[in-house]
Amino acid sequence: MIKPILMQGNEACIAGALAAGMDFFAGYPITPSTEIAELAAERLPARQGRFIQMEDEIASMGAIIGASLTGRKAMTATSGPGFSLKQENIGYAAITEVPCVVVNVQRAGPSTGIPTAPAQGDVMQARWGTHGDHPVIALSPSSVAETFDLTFRCFNLAERFRTPVILLLDEIVGHMREAIVLPAVETLELVHRLRPSGDPAKYIPYDAPLGASAPMADFGSGYPYHVTGLTHDREGFTTAKPSEVEFLIRRLASKIEMNLEEILQWEELQVEDADILLVAYGATARSARAAMKQARGKGIKVGLFRPMTIWPFPEEALRQVAIGKQVIVPEMNLGQLALEIERVVHKDITTVTQVDGEPLKPDKILAAIYNLAGTGKGV
Amino acid sequence: MGSVAHNYLRTSKMPHIWCPGCGNGIITQALLKAIDQLQLDPQKIVVVSGIGCSSRAPGYLDFNTLHTTHGRALAFATGVKHGNPDLTVIALTGDGDCAAIGGNHLIHACRRNIDITTVVFNNNVYGMTSGQFSPLTPVGSYATTAPYGNIDRSFDLCQLSQAAGASFVARSTTYHANHLKDMIVSALQNKGFSLVEAMTHCPTYFGRRNRIGGPVEMLKQQQEQGVTVQAAARMTPEELTGKYLIGELHNQPLPEFCEQYQQVIAKAGGAR
Amino acid sequence: MTNIEIRISGSGGQGIITAGIILAEAAIICGKNALQSQSYGPEARGGASRAEVIISDSEIDYPKVTAPNIFIALTQQAYEGYKSDLVEDAVILVDSSISATANHQQKLYQLPILETAQSKLRPVVANIIALSALVRLTSCVSPEALEQAVLARVPRGTEEMNKNALLAGADLVDSLS
Repeated sequence: MIKPILMQGNEACIAGALAAGMDFFAGYPITPSTEIAELAAERLPARQGRFIQMEDEIASMGAIIGASLTGRKAMTATSGPGFSLKQENIGYAAITEVPCVVVNVQRAGPSTGIPTAPAQGDVMQARWGTHGDHPVIALSPSSVAETFDLTFRCFNLAERFRTPVILLLDEIVGHMREAIVLPAVETLELVHRLRPSGDPAKYIPYDAPLGASAPMADFGSGYPYHVTGLTHDREGFTTAKPSEVEFLIRRLASKIEMNLEEILQWEELQVEDADILLVAYGATARSARAAMKQARGKGIKVGLFRPMTIWPFPEEALRQVAIGKQVIVPEMNLGQLALEIERVVHKDITTVTQVDGEPLKPDKILAAIYNLAGTGKGV
Repeated sequence: MGSVAHNYLRTSKMPHIWCPGCGNGIITQALLKAIDQLQLDPQKIVVVSGIGCSSRAPGYLDFNTLHTTHGRALAFATGVKHGNPDLTVIALTGDGDCAAIGGNHLIHACRRNIDITTVVFNNNVYGMTSGQFSPLTPVGSYATTAPYGNIDRSFDLCQLSQAAGASFVARSTTYHANHLKDMIVSALQNKGFSLVEAMTHCPTYFGRRNRIGGPVEMLKQQQEQGVTVQAAARMTPEELTGKYLIGELHNQPLPEFCEQYQQVIAKAGGAR
Repeated sequence: MTNIEIRISGSGGQGIITAGIILAEAAIICGKNALQSQSYGPEARGGASRAEVIISDSEIDYPKVTAPNIFIALTQQAYEGYKSDLVEDAVILVDSSISATANHQQKLYQLPILETAQSKLRPVVANIIALSALVRLTSCVSPEALEQAVLARVPRGTEEMNKNALLAGADLVDSLS
């Protein structure tokens, strides 16, 4: 049996990335994500990978897109203000369909906020941070072990769907250390982007139906093609023709929408008999789990729905689970994912919010549970 | 036909978007002639650009081409080169793209001396957005955002790049088209960061507003103002007033970033 | 509750975070769950340093220490700053240089940790002496696991000194009775 080891969340992120085949990292120092860049600088060259510290956050994002176009599996890591700066180029990766992974270790904001304090205030930015309609996948882990798993998954999803994938960590999970059993490398299933084969003259880089992407050629591999952030046709060249523009934007969205089963991941705990349903993610899901157990100890039937995929949101699953239950959404923000949850469950929900730079404690969720249970509005 | 440049063009993407009389085609042709002269493998060439009139050039070139976001060409190009150092990476950018919004990336690419050849199409104005002043617009010139004359001092982009650590710096003009080609040849031969400032003319937004005239008059102005380094050595400061130097301004071999990184890999125990 | 919450505090440079990591690793060696976190708050700038460990036989939910069962303080400043939320029957282990008080349910131990490190070993092993004393007092992990965790974490060449620190810590406790 493989023994568990103690590992920090940010280190598990690098371990998961390396297991997924990451061989390029560009970054810029920012608390509380810096350990990720430091470990990339140390470990990548030892395995022929390449690290670069860029001059700013924008450049880091540009560099990983450039590297990915040469065939590398590339990642950057940042936190709040840096995530804001990366947005334009995240949009570029989305429209040009360049696989890459962006880690955002969330901290208290807006602006400089509290660099060392936890928050979950970037949930909506992860979805809508760049302008225009675009696809995005965002995952949020609740433990060190899950940080490994989900970072690994970020790369697979990026390669599979040719899209930027965001790992929404938070300061609590990023900085804490806990036990992790690293999976044996041979048990891991790696996904690599499809690459073209055959006659380069017949290569059409953006020729794909709805719900799909075309194979992607590495720069220098004999399939010269054009990449632009302008709206483009199937060949990759600028177009403003309404039918072509519309098809591109709809196809980008459909890559996610038509493949939800492959992307969505969530956990349900004790939801079967629950009268009250907690919906929580990231570090806050642990507070929710603690509150759930304490409430159960007092005879109140509470369950937990924990999305690991935040975007796209597992709406159909939650809608089914939430039927007949009162819903409480605890978040370290003023109620961001709560907006999406309210839309999905079609009824009033209770939010438990906190923006003081401190972790959201189980007691606060428990109070909301008692409050709901006490009103007798149950099922 | 006739020009070797045609061998490297995506002619199906013509006509290009540039205005009649624009100098961008002359610079693009000089680049293609330089590539042809050096017999570089087209499959291994990546041309990266930002946003602006000049940054549209890669769309017409039959290489791996990457038209990125405004100002960020060198950030993307750095990722391409570091991702695969075997590629020949060329960045095409304009005065606004490179010296304003992309200025930070420029100085750091120079500092790393990463092997990228950058050709700056300097037309002294933002053309794509219809004629605003740029960091390379001379003081006193008129632009839509400088209706009373530009008070911002301009950069000397070549001196800036040299000071920031570029190992090769040159300047030429669209009037001196063959000389420009020669400068790009030398830049491509340099193993390190190379910058060629190509003075070009924008009759639509700069020439007309500043009463210089059309493309012919603007080219004549380049002929008068561009002085070779050799000729300048024989001229007095008075004679050099209102002129700028053309030619190889700086050529100092320095350690190149990707080669240095191979040593990092070796130290980390990753060398094969 | 099966959770044991431990807070280790002192000043920057005393190896407080390292002590927390070692204790968590020892707990994992014992087959328990463990979670270590640290304070990055403004007080961390003032010279005080704090590491927290949760040890549990079951799944650890909320990852932060809320009411420590065990509290170590190596400086007066850390003691004053971090003593407020201890459980009523907490075990408190402080350096003898600290003036400390405890309620009648709490167990207060004042041991010459810093002085022992200074005079018999090296100041740098005060954290290991404290950990060893703690384990002797509370058995929150086994002494064998602690030794294994210490030896795995400390710089090569300092193993003997750290073993001596472990012995010294246990001796300080034994000499109390």
